[in-house]
Amino acid sequence: MSAPGGADAHDPGTLVVDARGLRCPLPVIRLAAAARDLAPGTLVTVLATDPAARLDVPAWARMRGHTMAATTDHAPGSTPDAAEETADEAGRPDAPPTWPLTVRLGGGA
Amino acid sequence: MTDTTEPATGPRSRVHLDNGGGAPLHPLARQALVQALDDGWADPHRLHTEGRRAARLLDGAREAVAGVLGARTEEVRFTASHAAGLRAAVLGTTRARRRAGGHVVVGAVERAAVLHAAAAAASAHEGERVTVGVDRSGRVDLDGFRTAVARPGVALAALQHANGEVGTRQPLPAAHDTARAVGVPLLVDAGASLGHDVVPDAWDLLAAQPTDWGGPAGVGVLAVRQRVRTVPPDPEDADPWAPGGVSVPAAFAAAVALQAAVADRAEQDARRRALADRVRTAAAAIPDVEVVGDPDDRLPHVVTFSCLYVDGEALVTELDRAGFAVGSGSACTASTLEPSHVLAAMGVLTHGNVRIALDRSTSEDDVARFLAVLPGAVQRVRDVLGVSGL
Repeated sequence: MSAPGGADAHDPGTLVVDARGLRCPLPVIRLAAAARDLAPGTLVTVLATDPAARLDVPAWARMRGHTMAATTDHAPGSTPDAAEETADEAGRPDAPPTWPLTVRLGGGA
Repeated sequence: MTDTTEPATGPRSRVHLDNGGGAPLHPLARQALVQALDDGWADPHRLHTEGRRAARLLDGAREAVAGVLGARTEEVRFTASHAAGLRAAVLGTTRARRRAGGHVVVGAVERAAVLHAAAAAASAHEGERVTVGVDRSGRVDLDGFRTAVARPGVALAALQHANGEVGTRQPLPAAHDTARAVGVPLLVDAGASLGHDVVPDAWDLLAAQPTDWGGPAGVGVLAVRQRVRTVPPDPEDADPWAPGGVSVPAAFAAAVALQAAVADRAEQDARRRALADRVRTAAAAIPDVEVVGDPDDRLPHVVTFSCLYVDGEALVTELDRAGFAVGSGSACTASTLEPSHVLAAMGVLTHGNVRIALDRSTSEDDVARFLAVLPGAVQRVRDVLGVSGL
């Protein structure tokens, strides 16, 4: 689980936090820990399999003055249609879908 | 089991703050229940003296509930549960209106029973369940609702009076006017509000939940205006809206509890609103805690907040250990991985969620003690995860 499987799908300058397999609130905590020392404007992508993460990452970003990058911004409560596109683990049928959630860090971090 | 080993009653009794849909039995409801178990145990459909006595209790209960709702006695029925009443309302109305179309319009924060019944009804009549979104406070998008009900082929619209998870009231009169103008009946879920708040006369069908106002479990209320065409789900049954019949003692006690709750509603509203405000203020003062739901246009007794970097299950357990029972909409506290669809639709933090509904018996001291332990409980749960400085 340590390899950031979805990293090559993103800008090489984007930091990837692999939170696959972790349950709430750990994906947000991992993301916050990674974001702590980064400069405003940095893009951070968190990979999560926990369905709560796709709701809580945008909420965290709002509370912390960050913004969701448009490409992975799922509206609250929406079906994560994009999940299949980035389904990893070589298409293993029992692998849970992975949501890539990209945050652009704001100045208030 | 010897009583000599039982500890004396502790100086601090437990405080139950998870009363939404599960309030303690009202003292008058308990009395009424015992009386009705003696007098109303028989089958109310039977023609003998015992049966007629049960039937009179049931009719009295319908009349009492109708009086509170501003409805006719014939418009009020009891069902096996609140969820069963909601389901019967959705299925019974959409079946009667299948020629009008198969679409069912629902708010995104309706109770799961409504959402599921709406999906089932829509697919049975080749329609769609149309879900209208809510804003960050949980209030339905009225323009979106207008557009959705005005679309051709809508059989039914459903909108709660207020949300039981976050307390926000819905714009019911405006929604009802809109639905009425296009001839679409509106089902109102008053399951979180009846007995606590004034439910406006803005419904065609209304369902309510006795366990929410101190009535017993095992019964629900469903009111259907006579102008609404319906096909009851089990038309062949002696009780077409509640096949197999309902518990007469439970229905009677539910009606007595409702009358009692309405009798001092105004005082309870002011008292609990003040306590809820204290909880809101104290919770918001804890770092990285977001109080959710409308701050003003809301139920008097419901408060919900989410704590950043907090495991909801751990916080519920920590508070339970300290003697306080609270609810939570976090995924970690549910049997599924999915968090509360209400918090999700609002776009607020779903983890670290605490849901409180103050009962009429909740005292100022209960709330003060809860607020004294809350910040420390949040801190301890955060410390376990090592999140300081994030």
